[in-house]
Amino acid sequence: MNELTRMPASEQARLLADREVSARELTAAHLDRIAAVDEQVHAFLHVNERALEVAESIDARRAAGEAVGELAGVPVAIKDVLCTSDMPTTAASRILEGWVPPYDATVVSRLREAGLVPLGKTNMDEFAMGSSTEHSAYGPTRNPWDLERIPGGSGGGSSAAVAAFEAAIALGSDTGGSIRQPAAVTGTVGMKPTYGGVSRYGAIALASSLDQVGPVSRTVLDSAMLHDIIGGHDPRDSTSLTDQWPSFTEAARAGARAEAFKGLRVGVVKQLSGGEGFQAGVTQRFEAALTAMSDAGAEIVEVDAPNFEYAIAAYYLILPAEASSNLAKFDSVRFGLRVTPEGGGTVEDVMSATRAAGFGDEVKRRVILGTYALSAGYYDAYYGSAQKVRTLIQRDFDAAFRQADVLVSPSAPTTAFKLGERVDDPLAMYLNDLTTIPANLAGVPGIALPIGLAPEDGLPVGIQFMAPQRADARLYEVGAALESLLEQAWGHTLISQAPDLSLGEMLAATEGAV
Amino acid sequence: MAKTDLMDFDKALELFEPVLGFEVHVELSTKTKMFSDAPNIFGAEPNTAITPVCLGLPGSLPVVNEQAVRYSISLGLALGCEIAESSRFARKNYFYPDLAKNYQISQYDEPIAFDGSIEVELEDGTLVTVPIERAHMEEDAGKLTHVGGSTGRIQGAEYSLVDYNRAGVPLVEIVTRPIFGAEHRAPELAKAYVSTIRDLVRALGISDARMERGNLRCDANVSLRPRGQERLGIRTETKNVNSLRSVERAVRYEIQRQAAILAKGGTIVQETRHWHEDTGTTSAGRPKSDADDYRYFPEPDLLPVVPSAELIKELRAALPEQPVAMRRRLKADWGFNDQEFRDIVNAGLLTEVLETTQQGAAAFQARKWWMGEILRIANARDVEPSSLVTPHQVSELIALVESGDLTDRLAREVLEGVIAGEGTPEEIVEARGLKVVSDDGALIAAIDEALAAQPDVLDKIRSGKVQAAGAVIGAVMKAMRGQADAARVRELVLERAGA
Repeated sequence: MNELTRMPASEQARLLADREVSARELTAAHLDRIAAVDEQVHAFLHVNERALEVAESIDARRAAGEAVGELAGVPVAIKDVLCTSDMPTTAASRILEGWVPPYDATVVSRLREAGLVPLGKTNMDEFAMGSSTEHSAYGPTRNPWDLERIPGGSGGGSSAAVAAFEAAIALGSDTGGSIRQPAAVTGTVGMKPTYGGVSRYGAIALASSLDQVGPVSRTVLDSAMLHDIIGGHDPRDSTSLTDQWPSFTEAARAGARAEAFKGLRVGVVKQLSGGEGFQAGVTQRFEAALTAMSDAGAEIVEVDAPNFEYAIAAYYLILPAEASSNLAKFDSVRFGLRVTPEGGGTVEDVMSATRAAGFGDEVKRRVILGTYALSAGYYDAYYGSAQKVRTLIQRDFDAAFRQADVLVSPSAPTTAFKLGERVDDPLAMYLNDLTTIPANLAGVPGIALPIGLAPEDGLPVGIQFMAPQRADARLYEVGAALESLLEQAWGHTLISQAPDLSLGEMLAATEGAV
Repeated sequence: MAKTDLMDFDKALELFEPVLGFEVHVELSTKTKMFSDAPNIFGAEPNTAITPVCLGLPGSLPVVNEQAVRYSISLGLALGCEIAESSRFARKNYFYPDLAKNYQISQYDEPIAFDGSIEVELEDGTLVTVPIERAHMEEDAGKLTHVGGSTGRIQGAEYSLVDYNRAGVPLVEIVTRPIFGAEHRAPELAKAYVSTIRDLVRALGISDARMERGNLRCDANVSLRPRGQERLGIRTETKNVNSLRSVERAVRYEIQRQAAILAKGGTIVQETRHWHEDTGTTSAGRPKSDADDYRYFPEPDLLPVVPSAELIKELRAALPEQPVAMRRRLKADWGFNDQEFRDIVNAGLLTEVLETTQQGAAAFQARKWWMGEILRIANARDVEPSSLVTPHQVSELIALVESGDLTDRLAREVLEGVIAGEGTPEEIVEARGLKVVSDDGALIAAIDEALAAQPDVLDKIRSGKVQAAGAVIGAVMKAMRGQADAARVRELVLERAGA
C-alpha cells in the first residue's frame, strides 16, 4: 500500500502545501487503493472518472500561485445521500438508479470551492435506513477489520472507505447514529454536528428534523478540518443556524496539545452506558477510557437522563412519520425509476408499481409505520406523544449539562456484528442505535472515536462525547485530547492495527499462482 | 345523464334557509415563488419557471418568501384578522401528479391570520358582514393538461401533461365562517363577497386577482336547512368557480338543486362539485368527508413564522381603505349617480375603471369605454372584460381620443386591434394608419373637391340652411376613409361658406 493513503488528511495537506506531492499523485494513490481493495470492501457505489482531472486543476492552481484552501487537493469520499451534479446520486436505492441531480448539495459545493477532490460516492443503507448497509439495493459494504462483518450504517460506505485507506476523509449523514455507529465499528472518527450547523440542502432527506451532515475520518483533527469547510449558514436551508462558528481545526489542535481534561466534568449517562445489550468488551474499553481521562484530571460524574429510556420508541415514530412524507416524491413522474404495470394503468397504478419495485423492504416498512403514525385518530397517540418525549429528552440533556461539560457513552452497544445476523430482526437492528439516537432527538452534537479493541473479538470499540447545542468545538477539543492520550499509551494509532487488505489480496493471488 | 331536478328559486327559499361558506384562493403577485427563487410569472413556456425546489427534486428544501409573508399579513389585517404571534407551516400529504413533492406545504392548526370579518355591499347598498375564520399561506400546485379525451378531464384522457410553472406560486386561502341570513340574496352575496375580496387584494397591490387566469379562485360551499331547523344541512363544495357571474349562478344552481332533492325526502351527498360554465350546472366530483386524511404534521424543513410587532404596525399603517369606504369615496369623487356607479360595481368593473382613471383618464371616459364597447364585446364573447384589455391600454386609447388623434369610431377600431393582441393603441394607430387627418390643408383640399361636385351647397348654407353642410361633410369623411374629425370638417365647411 502506498504510504500516502495511510496518512491523515492533515498530513496529506501538508505534503501538498510543501509541494512534496501533487494532488494528482495523491488522488492516483487513492484510486489505486480503491481498485485494489474495493471489490472486497464495496465502500463505493461510484468512482469519479474525473477525479484525476480535478486533481490536476488543483495542481495547476497551486502552481499558478493561487491561494487555495488548506485541504485543497485532498481526496474525499461522499455518501451517496448527497447530491452531486457530476455523479449519480441514488441514496443506495433502485428507485434512483442512475439519477444525476442537476445541482450539488451545499456541502458538496463547499468541498469543490475548497479544492477537495471528490473520489466517488459511498454505499449506505437505502435512504439511510439501517445500521449495517445491508439495506443497500446495491449489496452490502464489508468491514475492513473483518470482511464477514458489517461496517455499521447507514454510512457504512464512508466509514469503511476511510478505515480501508481508500480515502482519508469522507462525508456522512447522521439521523440516529449513521455517522457515529459506523465510526465505532470501523475504528474511525465521525462527528454529528449540532442540528443546523451544516446545511442539509442537497442531502436527500430521511427525517428532516433529525438529519445532519457531518465528517468522517481517521483522526479527530481531520474531521474538524472537514467540518470547518462544510459548516456554517446556508440561506437555502431554513433550519441552518446563522452562528459564527469558531475554528474546529484550532479546537482539535488545542485539545491535542493542552491538558484538556484538567477539571473537565465528564458525565457518564447512566441510561446509555451499560446493562442489557452491552457487550462486555465494549464496557471494558469504555471504563478504561474513563480511567484514562480521570487519570488525566477529569472529574467523572454519573448523570441520570430518565427519559432516554423512551428515545428509541419516540425516534421510531418521528423518523418514519417524516420519512413517509419525504419519500412520497419518489413517484416516477419527474425523475428516477418508472415501472408501468402490465397492460398500462392510471398514474396512480404507475406510482404504485414504481414504489413497489423501487423501494426495499426496510423502506417500505418505515413508510408504512410513518403513514400509520400520522393517520387521523392516531396522530396524538403516536406522533404527538413522540414529540412530547422529544421535549423531555431535551430537558434531560439540559439538566445533564448543568452537571457535566460533556456527556459520554459507548458509541454503540456492541462491536461489529456479522453480516446477515440481524437483517431479519429489525428490532435488534434498531437497538444498535440506542446510544446515538438521543443526540439527534435533542439536536446536540456528538463525536465518536476509537478507544481500543474488544478483547473477546479483537474488533474496534468507540466512545461518544456529546456537548450542548453549538458547543461542537468542545467535542473536537476533548476528542483530540482523548485520542492523543490513548495513542501515547498504545504507542500507535488504533487504525494502524487494521488488516492490510491489499496484502491479503496479494497473498491470495500468489497462492493461486502457485 | 338524467336531467337534474331543480326547484324554483323562490319556492326553495320558502322551504329552506341557505347557509354559505367560501374558500377563496388568492395568488400573490410576488416576484418569486412561495418557497423558491423561481420567478412567479404567468404564461411562460411550460416547465421553464422552475427550480429543483418547484420540482421537489431529492435534497431540495423550501425557504419562505418574506414578501409573501408581508402580503399575507397585510391581507389578514385588511380582513380584520388577528395576526398570529407565531404561525407555522404544515405538510398536507396526498399523491397527485401536479403536486411535485406529493405533499403541499400549507398551514393547518396555526394559520397566520384568524378571526376577522369584512363588510360587503349588496347592489342596493345593503351592508352584510361576512365573518372570516382564517387566512393561511400555502403553495399552488402545477397544472395538468389531459390530452386525448373528449372532455379535457382526466377520465378518458390518453395521457396528461404536467406544467410545474405554477407549482409553488404563493397562495393565501381565505376561509369564511358559515354565513347565515343571506336568504334570497345568497347568490348576490356570493358574487359581492368575491368581488369585494378581489377589490381588496387589488387595492392592497398583493395580487393581479384576474379570475380568468386563476389568480383568484373561489370554492363555494352551500347547504340548506329546513325552516326552523337548528342543525346545519349537509354541504357541497363547488370548486374553482372562476368568474363573478359564475359564483352567483353556481350558488343559485346549488340552492335549487339541493332544494329539489331535499323536498323529495332525499339526502345531499357531502362532496365537491364541478362547475360547468357552458351549461350553468354543477356535477358531482369526489366524495368529501370531514375525515379526509391528509396526515398533516408540522413542516420540519421550515421554522415558525414569527412576525415582529413593528412589522405588523408598519403594515397596518400602510393599509388601504376598506372596499365599502373606498366605493363611497370614489362615487363622490367621480360624480356618478347611484345607478351609474352601481352599474359599474355590478359589472365587476370598479377596479378597471379606477385603475384607468389612475392612469390619467377622466372617470366618465373610463366608465364609457369599460361599460360600453369593452363590456359589449366581452358579453358577445362570453368572457370577462378584464381578460380583453388592461386599464393601461384603455387609458392610452382615451388619451388618443382626447388629444384629437382618434375619433370615437377610429378608437373602436383600435380597441379591436388591442383585443386581437396587435400591440399598444399607439402601435395599432401606426400600423393600421388610423390617425385622424388633422392637417387642415388635406381637409380643405377634400372639401374643395366635394364642393366642386355639389356647387349649390355653399349658397344653401349662406342662405341659412346650415344642415346642407352635412352632404359635404359626408363626402369628405368618405374621401378621408373616416380618418377625419367630423366636427373639424364642419367648421372648415362653414368657414368656407363665410357663415
